[in-house]
Amino acid sequence: MSIVFWILSFLTVLGGLAAVTLRNTVHCALALAVAFAGLALLYLQLDAQFAGFAQILIYIGAVAILVVFAILLTRGSDTPKDGIFSRTWFAGTTIAAAVFAVLGWAVIQSVHALPNETAAPAVTVNQIGNALLGRYVLPLEIVALLLTAALVGAVMVAMHEKGESK
Amino acid sequence: MTPLGGYLLVAALVFAIGLGGALTRRNAILVLIGIELMLNAANLNLIAFWRYGPHPEALTGMMFAVFSIAVAAAEAAVGLGLVISIYRHTRTTDLDEMNRMKG
Repeated sequence: MSIVFWILSFLTVLGGLAAVTLRNTVHCALALAVAFAGLALLYLQLDAQFAGFAQILIYIGAVAILVVFAILLTRGSDTPKDGIFSRTWFAGTTIAAAVFAVLGWAVIQSVHALPNETAAPAVTVNQIGNALLGRYVLPLEIVALLLTAALVGAVMVAMHEKGESK
Repeated sequence: MTPLGGYLLVAALVFAIGLGGALTRRNAILVLIGIELMLNAANLNLIAFWRYGPHPEALTGMMFAVFSIAVAAAEAAVGLGLVISIYRHTRTTDLDEMNRMKG
């Protein structure tokens, strides 16, 4: 376990915590970008360069910006009068803590069976491209279809209705 | 603690944080943020298992994570479109006030 791993995981967890607890919604979106960046750096630590850069491009470049757009379009940055947490916050926190307890217990119980340090896999983008257009070509096409459908669907759902003012 | 165990613990923590956010926040956009955090935690698990698995050269976990990232992006676009559409009808993104299915 290197010190870099601990710094990056601390950054990621801190960003995630800030993203779900801060009052101002815009600050939450910025903290979300920090958490995504931490995860991307963790991917780079895991020698998954392609996934790491895809994470930076898609999550920080697109999803975080999309969240900021949605916040500004809905004036969601106004803090509500009766608090930012819903009425059932205690049950939600309990469920989340219970899920973490179960997952953490399972990991710690099985930690001796997990494989130890192995040699870094030498994976080039060339190999990934060959795999995407060879063995994984059908999932790739399905994802392309899904993205097209999601694009059209998102535009249809969010489009102004006819006859609506402004 | 093996490296894989550390990554799995971090992913479990991020997943729990996302779940807590999705279950406790009022604002619909913040709930979507929580869901994104959960999806990212799953991706971290996939990449970690790929890295420390017996056959990383087969690229299975990496491909799964890349496809999962694409599906999560589509989900975020449709989800935020729905939030904007609901906001236009009800002028609110507070989930506690969205208590009827009639438009």
